[in-house]
Amino acid sequence: MSDLARQGQQVFQDHNCIACHQFYGLGGYMGPDLTNVISNRGDLYARAFIASGTATMPNLGLADDEIDAVVAYLAFVDQTGTYPAENYDVQWYGAVAQEDDPQ
Amino acid sequence: MMMKGKSDAGLRFMRLGILALAAGMFFGVIGGFQFLFPEFLRELLFTKTRPLHVSLVVSWIFLIAIGGIYFYLPRHRKLGLWSEKAANWHFWIFIVTGLAILGCYLSGRFGGREYFEFPPVLSIPIFVTWMLFGVNYFMTVRQDKKTWPVYYWMWGTGIVFFFITYTEAHLWLIPYFRENMVREIMVQWKSYGALTGSWNMLVYGTALFLATRIGGNEKPARSKLAFGLYFLGLFNLMFGWAHHTYLVPSETWIRTFAYAVSMTELFIFGKIIWDWRSSLEDWQKNRHCNAYRFLIAADIWVFVNLGLALVISVPAFNLITHGTHITVAHAMGSTIGINTMILLASIFYVIREELPLEAHAGCTRQIKTGFWLANGSLAVFFTALIFAGIGKGTYSGLSFQDMMLTIRPFLLVFAVSGVFLMLGVWIMLWHGFRLLGVVQASGRVAVGQPEPA
Repeated sequence: MSDLARQGQQVFQDHNCIACHQFYGLGGYMGPDLTNVISNRGDLYARAFIASGTATMPNLGLADDEIDAVVAYLAFVDQTGTYPAENYDVQWYGAVAQEDDPQ
Repeated sequence: MMMKGKSDAGLRFMRLGILALAAGMFFGVIGGFQFLFPEFLRELLFTKTRPLHVSLVVSWIFLIAIGGIYFYLPRHRKLGLWSEKAANWHFWIFIVTGLAILGCYLSGRFGGREYFEFPPVLSIPIFVTWMLFGVNYFMTVRQDKKTWPVYYWMWGTGIVFFFITYTEAHLWLIPYFRENMVREIMVQWKSYGALTGSWNMLVYGTALFLATRIGGNEKPARSKLAFGLYFLGLFNLMFGWAHHTYLVPSETWIRTFAYAVSMTELFIFGKIIWDWRSSLEDWQKNRHCNAYRFLIAADIWVFVNLGLALVISVPAFNLITHGTHITVAHAMGSTIGINTMILLASIFYVIREELPLEAHAGCTRQIKTGFWLANGSLAVFFTALIFAGIGKGTYSGLSFQDMMLTIRPFLLVFAVSGVFLMLGVWIMLWHGFRLLGVVQASGRVAVGQPEPA
């Protein structure tokens, strides 16, 4: 984890973003899951939402360097796996193996 | 009549717990409407209402369970508390820390992780209070030279595992965990799963204690089935957490193992209460009509939640239900339907035992109204969340806002039923708070058996 991503993690916690968002489906449900937001939508998209807010998400008034840090943190999370799982095998007894599982 | 004595720590914890639930439900209702109308109370963002709601209702569970233990040991087990002073320190440190946490949330000062969003330094006094409670509990029950009933084991295990799981929940402070996302999220959710298991130990122990007292028979707390539940609960607490993290990259065997463990615990608990119910005489049911009614409601919710837990713990189904409102239905159904009903039973058991009939008036129409309003609303609330979760889980589009629009009718039912749920619970809480106040005012509670009311 880079220093910038580490700062972004702290900003993410300081504003309690997990109250509304999720990683790997874990968190609040008021906003979308952010696990792969960078690869799915791109960092400019994420940056625009963070900087301006939306009808449902408040503008948190973050400084540019804080926004850079949060985007770096989201990029760090993005490369840890895929959510929801896209390639998986369901066993006959209901268990599931996913492509990201450690082998 | 009350016996003269020295401690009312248990009653103070219970009354504080009632206030915590009343406030927690209020913030929950606000949060429910913020889901639908994000502009609603913009000054009090959802990032504040959610932790306020969660922290206060979790405090309710711990406060009533702890209050019951502080009350029942001296009063009904003839075990004077090892240290009254430690119990008082526990109470006051809890209040000061709790107010500091609420102040942090209201002012938007976060810094911690989900469910413990307050600045981590405030975890230190929480550890201290549990240290005081744990030492006091074990030094008190060690006076009992007979074989321990299962609820002693459950309470003690709940305390010990609170320490372990709460410590785990703070491992993110160490860079080794914080800097590996998968490792950190697995440890975090392992701790949350096990923390729930630890409070279930406290609450289920309380339920079994009440079952023995209302029935006048220690068998429910000494049977093989009861100890079977205890060991299964302990096993579940230690190994059953992984159903929270099925979709986080992990070894398949971890999911499969958690899947097997998750299927078992609630069923045995339900069976114990069901067997106990059929063993009661009518006079016993009537004497503790409120507590009895709450325990039966808890039992019904056990079976409802078991059905849902069975479904969402199957990894193949969890692919759809994970990250949806079905998870919320599971959490709400368990904490309100099971935990809260048992804890209300504990409150009204104390009231029935400690006050003469003319003071508490038994099963009044108001309490019945609150009971049915709460349980009826909870059924609607629970169902609406399941439908909202199915809508979210099966949505195939790319737009989060479109998905929210498709499930909006269910969220509206959820929010409105939440208001009625709050009103129903408030009615019961008001009577509980008022009557516990009468118990408290009538004299300080002593070691020994209460006289027949």
